[in-house]
Amino acid sequence: MVPVSQETGQGASTIHEVLERVVRAMHIAEGFLPPAHAVAWGAASAPFVVHGVRSLTREVREHPESTLLLGASGAFTFVLSALKLPSVTGSCSHPTGTGLGAILFRPPAMAVLGTITLLFQALLLAHGGLTTLGANVFSMAIAGPWAGYAVYRLLRRYAVPLMVAVFFGAFVADLSTYCVTSVQLALAFPDPGSGFLGALGKFGTIFAVTQIPLAVSEGLLTVLVMRLLVQSSKGELTRLGVLVAGKRAEAKPAGSEAVA
Amino acid sequence: MGMSRNAKINVLLLLVVVALAVLPLALGLGDDEEEPFTGADAQAETAITEIDPDYEPWFSPLYEPPSGEIESALFAVQAAIGAGVLAYYFGLRRGRRQGEQRALARRDAGAPPDTAVPRDAAAGAERESGV
Repeated sequence: MVPVSQETGQGASTIHEVLERVVRAMHIAEGFLPPAHAVAWGAASAPFVVHGVRSLTREVREHPESTLLLGASGAFTFVLSALKLPSVTGSCSHPTGTGLGAILFRPPAMAVLGTITLLFQALLLAHGGLTTLGANVFSMAIAGPWAGYAVYRLLRRYAVPLMVAVFFGAFVADLSTYCVTSVQLALAFPDPGSGFLGALGKFGTIFAVTQIPLAVSEGLLTVLVMRLLVQSSKGELTRLGVLVAGKRAEAKPAGSEAVA
Repeated sequence: MGMSRNAKINVLLLLVVVALAVLPLALGLGDDEEEPFTGADAQAETAITEIDPDYEPWFSPLYEPPSGEIESALFAVQAAIGAGVLAYYFGLRRGRRQGEQRALARRDAGAPPDTAVPRDAAAGAERESGV
């Protein structure tokens, strides 16, 4: 690792300026993945997004009444990924909001809703980018939702209370998004001395430590919205399998689910 | 105060989130940084400069907000759109539920047998008063 002086001339200062936008919080900035990486991540993401569009279309056709809740899930992602929050490391980052939709509508739906959010930010906010869209979609709209959903399902299988499972689902969706971003950056910028793992350690510590408190916040906010949904949309949640009408309701006194 | 247990838990959740955001500021955790509370990018920048000082981005954003103020305005727009849709959703649900309860109450209490609303009609009334 060679310490880089900032006074090495004009070229360095331009690089410095551009590098300032390298990773806005979590998304990889425009032009900051080498073309081969950009194409590869785009190719990896595309089938997930296509599959997501299909399953979303089917869902809306079969259950038109769920359109509103789908919109609300997308809106939750919109709000949370616009919230830049200070963290214990003395820097800022933002949550993703993808855990809620993944739990309600399964991860394919989030491949679409997350992509819409990322496109909005890439086009209007110069946050993320079009050439890095594939990589950012992969981390935030695919890997995060699937990881969070897997944890949620696993916890539910072992009869963990709904809200606890929701918390950890959202927490993991948020944190794993950052881990994948770190891997993507480390693949593109392996450390000349310590290689991929060295770079991964470097990016990972930067992101993970910043993100842990934010992932806790995201978990709590997701629990809050889920509690409001349990109060307001029981029928919908039962149809989506989040609330179980049969066995579980008998095993527990009524209403304990709602306040758990 | 007449706050339900449910509402108390919701408020508590919000307070914890606010505390998590405010504590780093209040404890001055950014004080030893050159530029406190920038994006985590400030640190990733250093890491990438160390690893590959010669990297040149090969594409630049089609549109870039001309200033930090405009950028935060656009972020606020994004949050406002999301919050608006969420508020619409919960408002709609709340209205429907209240309409439902009102229709049930009307049926149970007031209505004499001959004007009693059949169940289907009550459902229709709910839908109307809900929206």
